[in-house]
Amino acid sequence: MSNAADPVNAGLLLADEPGLSAFGTDPWWITLIKALGIFVFLMVCVLMMIMADRKVMGRMQQRHGPNRLGPWGLLQSLADGVKLSLKEDVIPRGVDRFVYIAAPMIAAVPAFLAFSVIPVGPEVNLFGVMTPLQLTDLPIAALLVLATASIGVYGIVLGGWASQSPYALLGGLRASAQVISYEIAMGLSFVAVFMYSGTLTTSGIVDAQRPIWFAIILFPSFLIYLVTMIGETNRLPFDLAEGEGEIVGGFMTEYGSMKFTMFFLAEYVNMVTVSAVSVTFFLGGYLAPPPITTFWAGANEGWWPALWWLLKFMGVMFLFIWVRGSVPRIRYDQLMALGWKVLIPVQLVWITALAAIRILTNEGAPAVVIGGVVAVFVAVVIASLYAWGRSVKRRRAAEAAERAEERKRMRDDPMYGGFPVPPMTAPHYGTSVPAEDLTPPASTDKEVTGA
Amino acid sequence: MELYAPVLVLGAIGAAFVVVSMVVGSIAGPKRYNRAKLQAYECGIEPTPQPAGGGRFTIKYYLTAMLFIVFDIEIIFLYPWAVHFDELGLFGLIAMVLFLVNVSIAYAYEWRRGGLEWE
Repeated sequence: MSNAADPVNAGLLLADEPGLSAFGTDPWWITLIKALGIFVFLMVCVLMMIMADRKVMGRMQQRHGPNRLGPWGLLQSLADGVKLSLKEDVIPRGVDRFVYIAAPMIAAVPAFLAFSVIPVGPEVNLFGVMTPLQLTDLPIAALLVLATASIGVYGIVLGGWASQSPYALLGGLRASAQVISYEIAMGLSFVAVFMYSGTLTTSGIVDAQRPIWFAIILFPSFLIYLVTMIGETNRLPFDLAEGEGEIVGGFMTEYGSMKFTMFFLAEYVNMVTVSAVSVTFFLGGYLAPPPITTFWAGANEGWWPALWWLLKFMGVMFLFIWVRGSVPRIRYDQLMALGWKVLIPVQLVWITALAAIRILTNEGAPAVVIGGVVAVFVAVVIASLYAWGRSVKRRRAAEAAERAEERKRMRDDPMYGGFPVPPMTAPHYGTSVPAEDLTPPASTDKEVTGA
Repeated sequence: MELYAPVLVLGAIGAAFVVVSMVVGSIAGPKRYNRAKLQAYECGIEPTPQPAGGGRFTIKYYLTAMLFIVFDIEIIFLYPWAVHFDELGLFGLIAMVLFLVNVSIAYAYEWRRGGLEWE
């Protein structure tokens, strides 16, 4: 308690965050080069990711992916982009024109922003200027990432609403409910990271991982982040927003040509962003993987860190495709139950446990006390798992009994439920048959033919 | 401000790309309209006159949105606490646990009343 700073000092501390001195001093042309570099990197990443997505999925399903255009089909997604831009730009009648046109822009533009705070490397010599391989860093960099992810939801829900089509509306609602649900769990998974790094700046978070990556010491947070990042970007198995079998194309059903491309682009740029965030917050950013630094001291200097960053980044991107190829799409109630009933409570308990243990270690409590606290939390987790298992078992038994009862009644009475036997004598069919049809007009016909 | 300006630069580049490509897309494509093409797509049947049902949809989405706000505010309180965790010490931990318990009561209430169930 003695080292507790008063709130005023804590506020001042945040105002001049140490480690930000390297940022904001670049000449304007360096900033422009870095911004353009990020933009080109994002574009190339999206094109390559679409291609990789199709090719890896193809291999996982025992077939070749696209392999005609360019070497190994590398130019396929570029050609698709050109084709899309040459398609007819239909604006359906009855849409809210302004919102309809603005929605793809609202979805796509914020997607680019979050990458500006992702550190790709330490200070390097770029055209004679020493500058960090990061566009900028803010005292609230982590909030910028979350904020841009949230603004993207507006594009989805407005696009779905403005289309004035039931499928688009349902898709937009589903997507926005899903994204905000998973954003809670995502935000909670960052709390443990900030607790250990003591800063919201992305470069500071990477620096804090020099001894050990957060993915290792904060493993539960990392796992939950991996789930939420797939939910947040509407990728399989959580792509309920565009489940073709139910609601056609979801919120982008009514979009075509470049407007559709913008939604598609936003989705892939968001994937790039969340992967980059996972590398920054959990996988040590641009730091070399631990065994390399023991025999090669220069692994964390110069341009090499950019390579480590790229390798980690590509690994996370591959995870997206791997999950997509392995797991079937889940139902919407399962999706919401996972987000609200599993990820959030687990996170809350995990954060409380972590905070209690860290406080005790900081205050120098004896090992027995710390062990006791750990034991209590483990016991709570096991007890809740047991209770959950029991409730699932009970619900399954109740459902099975209900089904057995149903089957029994169906056996006794073939009309039970009114389906699938279509008996004309069943009582509920009586009302649907018009009264005049019940008396056959055969008698009058006979009179006519007989005359 | 120098720290924030590069974000705007990147945003401007992104916005320029988006606007230019959407304008190009609307100019480059063919324009052959007919009545069916301009209708909302509903698998071939006549489109619903007012698909949004006069702007009404299931109340579940409202509930989710409200619970989202509650939790988002919780997260906003958690972040500064986490950043200055070591300085705040035991006092901060107890205060935050009391706050989490408070929010969890509302959460447990909504769970118990079936606000988290989706059919």
